[in-house]
Amino acid sequence: MSIKLSNIYHTYSKGTPFERLALQDVSVAIAKGEIVAIIGHTGSGKSTLVQHLNGLLKPDKGTATIDDMDITAKGQQAKAARQQVGMVFQYPEHQIFAETVFEDIAFGPRNKGFNEEEVAKAVREAMEFVGLDYDTFAERSPFQLSGGQMRRVAIAGVVAMNPDYLVLDEPSAGLDPRSRNAVFREIMALHKSRGIAIVLVTHSMEEAVKYANRMLVINGGQVLFDGEPAAIFKEHGDELVQVGVDVPQVYKLADLLRHKGMSLPEGIKDEMALVKAIKQAKGWK
Amino acid sequence: MMLTEITLGQYFPGNSFVHRLDPRTKILATIIYIIAIFFAETPLSYGILTAFAALVILISRLPWLLVLKALKPIWIIVILTMFIHMFTAPGEHVIWSWKFLNVTQEGLDLGLKMAVRLILLLLFSSVLTFTTSPIVLTDGIENLLRPFKAVGVPAHELAMMMTIALRFIPTLLEETDRIMKAQTARGADFANGNMLQRLKNMLPLLVPLFISAFRRADELAVAMEARCYRGGEGRTRMHELAYGGGDYVALALVLALAVGLAVLRWGKLCGLSS
Repeated sequence: MSIKLSNIYHTYSKGTPFERLALQDVSVAIAKGEIVAIIGHTGSGKSTLVQHLNGLLKPDKGTATIDDMDITAKGQQAKAARQQVGMVFQYPEHQIFAETVFEDIAFGPRNKGFNEEEVAKAVREAMEFVGLDYDTFAERSPFQLSGGQMRRVAIAGVVAMNPDYLVLDEPSAGLDPRSRNAVFREIMALHKSRGIAIVLVTHSMEEAVKYANRMLVINGGQVLFDGEPAAIFKEHGDELVQVGVDVPQVYKLADLLRHKGMSLPEGIKDEMALVKAIKQAKGWK
Repeated sequence: MMLTEITLGQYFPGNSFVHRLDPRTKILATIIYIIAIFFAETPLSYGILTAFAALVILISRLPWLLVLKALKPIWIIVILTMFIHMFTAPGEHVIWSWKFLNVTQEGLDLGLKMAVRLILLLLFSSVLTFTTSPIVLTDGIENLLRPFKAVGVPAHELAMMMTIALRFIPTLLEETDRIMKAQTARGADFANGNMLQRLKNMLPLLVPLFISAFRRADELAVAMEARCYRGGEGRTRMHELAYGGGDYVALALVLALAVGLAVLRWGKLCGLSS
């Protein structure tokens, strides 16, 4: 089970003076169960890339398939294939339109052809996943919620469609730290319990290292690196800085300490792990 | 086609002589040219007008295909106008008739003339919008309207409204595109179904779009007030419009064209031309 993009090219505003090549010769396969972070500078082509994953954009050249089904094709089968990929855009709360939280989350499942019973079940489960209490929020207007709650409603609206793949474009942008952590905790819980593949577009290296087991670095419309985040930061640190992607602070600090002669293990992913490693190296309690 | 790929106001960036002209010059020149079109009577004067338009397009270095494309929306109107004139104009010399329909020489002439007038009018004014960015164009309009302030024309307010509206067209198109994609990803269908169904399907697009438009308007108003915007009174601008040598040349040429055509038409009456 995987989404495959093969040798994809995409150009915006073709044939006008505003023409811009956004992707060139990109080939990526995302298997079910993976957590992939996509990072890159603004305008590198990240968003263009992920919009090819569920047929929102059609490649000028190359193919996009899910389990060998061409997702850019017409017809019910292709549509069903596209709907296996849930898409959470940047600031997804801006797409909320319904009068109640329930109605908004039910929009996707209804379009997918669920009956009312299934819709109610899907909405309830999705709300549980994003940490919104069903009895408290289901009948409230989504426009009276806080920013973090609105974002959760929007994410629930995508989760309720039971996708096999979930693409999130900067899900934490503009949220306070607590909501940010909560959103990620929920996404990871989703990954664990349903085995959904997660594709995470992010600017934050910390997020990439902390949550992803694979990282794609995009630069100038091409895949620059593809691999395990810690390995990429270790081997290509300088090149990353050159393309406008910074190495996480934790890595920098750990490297600096190693340089100064402290013996720290590899693969330190976050602040807590670093603190632990330092304590161990120094023999503190 | 993606919504954001619609080029706004048809502006086609470039750096030709025509592109660099002051917007006021271009607006005035267009008005004068349009008046000149109505002076034209003889094939010679139409020839001169066509040659002038062709010359301007040539100097502006716009792709010919692009300019001709501007004619697409009025195609039908041109043909319709031509036929109506052909069949209804009174005249003596019948050259073709079928049952109650008569085409006279006079009617044919008049029909052709109207068609050429319409085409020239549109061609020339499209050069204005092709070579002038919308923002600069509104600047020019504000400047030209300023003398009419005394009689109650709110020149600055009109221009500010136009500028803001133009500024937000691409933003709102982008927003529409984004929301459309987000709802499509949730299985929304904007293309199929009957009228009522389709209108209903538009709700998930229109509600978020209106909300975001109001939010943006509100934010913009606050941002403008925070920067002490108090209307046009005593406001200075970053880019002052200034006529250059080229502007005088361009205006002189268009005026010469209009005067020339007027002489061609009425000169005989005054004994100016032989």
